[in-house]
Amino acid sequence: MITKRIVQVWEFYRDGFRSMTIGRTLWKLILIKLFIMFVILKLFFFPAFLKGKSTQEKQDYVGQELVSRLADENSLTN
Amino acid sequence: MIDWSRAQFALTAMYHWLFVPLTLGLAVIMGLMETLYVITGKEFWKRTARFWMKLFGVNFAVGVATGLILEFQFGTNWSNYSWFVGDIFGAPLAIEGIVAFFMEATFVAVMFFGWNKVGKGFHLASTWLTGAGATISAWWILVANSWMQYPVGMEFNPDTVRNEMVDFLAVAFSPVAVNKFFHTVISSWILGAVFVVGVSAWFLLRKREHEFAVASMKVAAAVGLFASLVTAMTGDKSAYQVAQCQPMKLAAMEGLYDGGTRQPLTVVGEVKIPVLLSLLATRDVDGYVPGINDLLEGGYPLSDGTVAPSAADKMANGRKAIAALSDYREAKQAGDEARQAAARQVIDDNMKHFGYGYIDQPDDLVPNVWLTFWAFRVMVGLGVYFIAFFVLVLFLAWKRKLEEVNWLHYVALAGIPLAYLASQAGWIVAEVGRQPWTIQDLLPVSAAVSRLETGAVATTFFIFLVLFTVLLAAEVGIMVKAIQKGPESAD
Repeated sequence: MITKRIVQVWEFYRDGFRSMTIGRTLWKLILIKLFIMFVILKLFFFPAFLKGKSTQEKQDYVGQELVSRLADENSLTN
Repeated sequence: MIDWSRAQFALTAMYHWLFVPLTLGLAVIMGLMETLYVITGKEFWKRTARFWMKLFGVNFAVGVATGLILEFQFGTNWSNYSWFVGDIFGAPLAIEGIVAFFMEATFVAVMFFGWNKVGKGFHLASTWLTGAGATISAWWILVANSWMQYPVGMEFNPDTVRNEMVDFLAVAFSPVAVNKFFHTVISSWILGAVFVVGVSAWFLLRKREHEFAVASMKVAAAVGLFASLVTAMTGDKSAYQVAQCQPMKLAAMEGLYDGGTRQPLTVVGEVKIPVLLSLLATRDVDGYVPGINDLLEGGYPLSDGTVAPSAADKMANGRKAIAALSDYREAKQAGDEARQAAARQVIDDNMKHFGYGYIDQPDDLVPNVWLTFWAFRVMVGLGVYFIAFFVLVLFLAWKRKLEEVNWLHYVALAGIPLAYLASQAGWIVAEVGRQPWTIQDLLPVSAAVSRLETGAVATTFFIFLVLFTVLLAAEVGIMVKAIQKGPESAD
């Protein structure tokens, strides 16, 4: 019964994708966009700034930043 | 560096917002058209609904996930902010991601692939649930944004240096979030309606698909008029909330430097409506509305009977709170509990002005008045214009003259970019008007931004500019092609 349902869902999506016209172009666009976003942008241009730090290190880093910005915020505006 | 980070975020958000309102607006209109199909059984409505669904699909596909880039930027460019807001910002965004993925992914498939394969009722439900999924997604995003404008339901923990959620309902259903949701989502219906009326007018100009175009215009204009009136009401509520929670933003929206009681509302230049600003901002014609100078100098009466502190007072309080945070951390390291408790008390006493500690000069608290002032007038002016426009379309539809009035078709077509302009102007008012804050009164952009190289942020700015422009060109190209093709043939 469950297998039959899974097959039905599979066929539903398969037939749907096969019958697409404009949708094929859109899917290509979506896949290219997601590739650029997650593989190129996220990995090479947008690493999380605090990545690699433990929770304690993040607390210490941001705590220090918030305290030190009081003194040196002018350096960030240049 | 702050300016590049802000510019990058603004660019990404504005491009993302080109896709979202059309998704939300078309979802309602195509849902209504399919409902008419299910009720009447007329194939005409099915054909009409399917055409607008196709355009919805193009917009949805190109726009989907562009908002995720904003989340990348939080982690990279705004890491202090991301840590400081803790789970308050993360929770709504996580819920949004899950809801968006499951609801939209499931029901979009049924909506597009399910014609003639699932029952009419199930298909109709899927169409509405696709729109509901997008709308619920918007809810959580707007909850997160509203919290930044009106931070509630949290406590600052100096040990973790985070704001921790203590009242989920206060965050999720804050009055600002509720109103912002209705204002933003329902104003998006206006954009969807203007788009449908405009595209339909194009068919009439080309002497094609008359019945389809006229029927689409009627449904869209009815949705548009309803949405315009509700948006005007929620806009009024929004301005009242801004007056209470972000008075500097209201002063910038009005270009009001020196306030007082019985303040007039500026239309443009010297054209003013007597006492209307006091009425809108305080619900009292004699109400006091502070101007930019009043807000900086303080000393004016607040609604609770106290006297407003000056910007200098708030800056001093903020510096006390930040110095106490430093003291708290040192005392913790030294194991000095008494000193820690004393520092904690100072933080708690001054926390509401924490962010003012990072402000160099009182003038830094003033947002870009010119941009906020004019963006507000563009938004409101076009909002009023669209009410008149939809009334005219419905009047001509009632007189059965929609096809004959050629100039209206050009006006309708020209309305499409105007609707986008109004929608973008709304966000400019909301976001430029709240500067310098990322979180109102708690964290200015100067303290929220990561310590990055300016060149790196500038480079990614231009990468985004190219990427989004290509996406937009793709959307417009595919959309124009789909529109030119028109609805499927009746047979």
